[in-house]
Amino acid sequence: MNNTRLTRLARPLAAGLAAVSLAAAAACSSGGDGGGDSDTYTWWDPYPQHEDGSAWAERVDACGEEAGVTIERTASDTTDLTNRALLSAQEGTSPDIILLDNPAVSTLAETEMLTSVDELGLDVSGVDENLLAAGVVDDQTYGIPVGANTLAIYYNAEILDAAGVDPASITDWESLTAALGQVTGNGDSGITYAAIGTEEGSFQFLPWFWGAGADLTQLDSPEAEAALELWTGWLQDGYAPDSVLTNSQNTTWEEFLTGEFGFAVNGTWQVNSAAEAGFETGVIQIPARNGGIAPAPTGGEFIVAPAQADTDRYEVTRQIVECMTTPEGFVETATTFAYYIPPTADGQEALLEAEPELEPWVAAVREAKGRTSDNLGTDYPVISEQLWTAVQNALSGSATPSEALEQAQADAESAME
Amino acid sequence: MTTTSVDATGRVSGGAAGPSPAAPGPDRRRRRKPPGTPQTWTAIGFAAPLLAYLAVFYAYPLWRNIELSVHDYTVRAFVLGNPEFSGFEKYAEVFASDSFGTALLNTALFTVVSIAFQYAIGLALAVFFRANFRLSGVLRALFLVPWLLPLIVSASTWAWMLNSENGIVNSVIEAFGGEQINWLTSPDTALTSVIIANIWLGIPFNLVILYSGLQQIPSEMYEAASLDGASARQQFWRITVPLLRPVSAITLLLGFIYTLKVVDVVWIMTTGGPGDSSLTLAVWSYREAFGTGQPDFSPAAAIGNLLIVIALVFGFLHLRMQRGWEKS
Repeated sequence: MNNTRLTRLARPLAAGLAAVSLAAAAACSSGGDGGGDSDTYTWWDPYPQHEDGSAWAERVDACGEEAGVTIERTASDTTDLTNRALLSAQEGTSPDIILLDNPAVSTLAETEMLTSVDELGLDVSGVDENLLAAGVVDDQTYGIPVGANTLAIYYNAEILDAAGVDPASITDWESLTAALGQVTGNGDSGITYAAIGTEEGSFQFLPWFWGAGADLTQLDSPEAEAALELWTGWLQDGYAPDSVLTNSQNTTWEEFLTGEFGFAVNGTWQVNSAAEAGFETGVIQIPARNGGIAPAPTGGEFIVAPAQADTDRYEVTRQIVECMTTPEGFVETATTFAYYIPPTADGQEALLEAEPELEPWVAAVREAKGRTSDNLGTDYPVISEQLWTAVQNALSGSATPSEALEQAQADAESAME
Repeated sequence: MTTTSVDATGRVSGGAAGPSPAAPGPDRRRRRKPPGTPQTWTAIGFAAPLLAYLAVFYAYPLWRNIELSVHDYTVRAFVLGNPEFSGFEKYAEVFASDSFGTALLNTALFTVVSIAFQYAIGLALAVFFRANFRLSGVLRALFLVPWLLPLIVSASTWAWMLNSENGIVNSVIEAFGGEQINWLTSPDTALTSVIIANIWLGIPFNLVILYSGLQQIPSEMYEAASLDGASARQQFWRITVPLLRPVSAITLLLGFIYTLKVVDVVWIMTTGGPGDSSLTLAVWSYREAFGTGQPDFSPAAAIGNLLIVIALVFGFLHLRMQRGWEKS
């Protein structure tokens, strides 16, 4: 008797609990540990590959020592970092310093969780305007780029030689497509890039999008269509593998390192790896549609300082930020990572003295364009999501380029209302 | 024994109260003590940790999820904690979205097809391993591997095997003269691919539960049946299937709830793409909340709540069915 009574209770309870655990899964959260005692400053960055004891970790520690405090560093991946920053701000446990991916800065700044450089008393006059733009919201600057990177095209010199392609002859889309035809005609694979359905997909599509003269506020323009048709055409002609649809930038690079591809679109951060590849490599700038260099999007992190209840902490925070952003600091960051171009003219000069072979990358960074600039700010993530969706739809063949872009423009407009 | 008030005794402290508290009688020792006595407080004290646990880990997340879904949580509002109340607006947006129909259909296909195959293959393997032959223990253990591997590993491995250009599946197909299939990148096959991977992942769970269910069927039944001349097929349909019914039902229910909320496999393999072609409700919810640079917690929570309701409906359906069997 008692038993049936119990089970009668237990069953709905069990079913209820099972269902509720779905809620727990949906409402994900992670605790933040911020704002500790006055001698410990918390620091978050998106470089989990640099463990404790690495050159980067030591550099962070050194900046803390210089300011007379201990820095407690936590690393997590880029997307996770933005979410954690938002959650910690909501809980009032923000860290003292975050190194944040540049398109996320305006999103966080809009929540009023960041201090501006004026509040902290930092000088940003030396920073290149195109790089600083990602951190400017309503004429206030929230953070300083610790370095910048961007995209270019790496090529496999051996494959190009074999196919009789001179990399210097690639100056516009037409000559690039012709070169791809020659390479694939010679039995090698053409080009690989990342068209994955994430921010990386948009990041890689933007040089072509901007290179055609398209604008992010009008996704269904004829220029945008031309850029998407270029990518779809490469897939249809077999110049690019179908796997670009699921390729992240790392996977793309792995494909290139197999030595089967003539070209790969990738970033400054692969410079070292390219030098160590089992074949001779080179770099060309991404061409614009009718010649010239296409503006590539800037990548790289900003150093930002979330607002604290205890404003006395700002003084030390400022010292730590300054330690990271002196010309020597920039160069040290650049060489520690081997893929960061300093955001100031002084820093760039100093870097080129140390490593002259980075010249094409310094040039590319000077030409590069922030994703959230053109006053897009927090609209950028919304537009970007529609852009990568359009790229996915067109490349997979579920829609034509013009249909995909029209849909994207309509969805972006309704999402921004 | 008479029971006039099952409900009254169904409370937390009901066990101590005895079967018939409503009937005043000579049996005073077993009557419920008035509140406030030490015994009641002891009972509450013992129940408190559980209640606190339930409140913190079940009630609060659920409440928070509902709260998120009926407010307009922009990123700014999320941090500042001043969202506007929007009622069921977010639900309406979700229902009106172009993705909703696709996601609902994909969720139904993903769940039903996954479970059907997982259950059928799991049952076949369980019956197969019931006959204890040499090495059957080792082989059975090997079938558990998908369960033991971290999901990131198995999902990445599947993504690699199904890669269009250099995946092992396509190279086998091409070796036999077939054509390259763009498993993960074509809108026609992306959903199929993630379902195949998910079936593989779910077989061990079905195998283990159904195998232990089979152990509870007395072997005398089979002996008696074979003495009566029942064939293996007849034994399966007349003994195994009916006697396994309660275990099957709970396996299917758990499998259903589990499959309904699968995010990781799909996210790692296709991120719900290309476009929306392998988007399920759970993946959609994740995409809204964490998949883009602009977290949209309100619609994500609304989709999450929708999933809870679906799971609940099937949970109660299961209870009804079970009650029906108990009566018969």
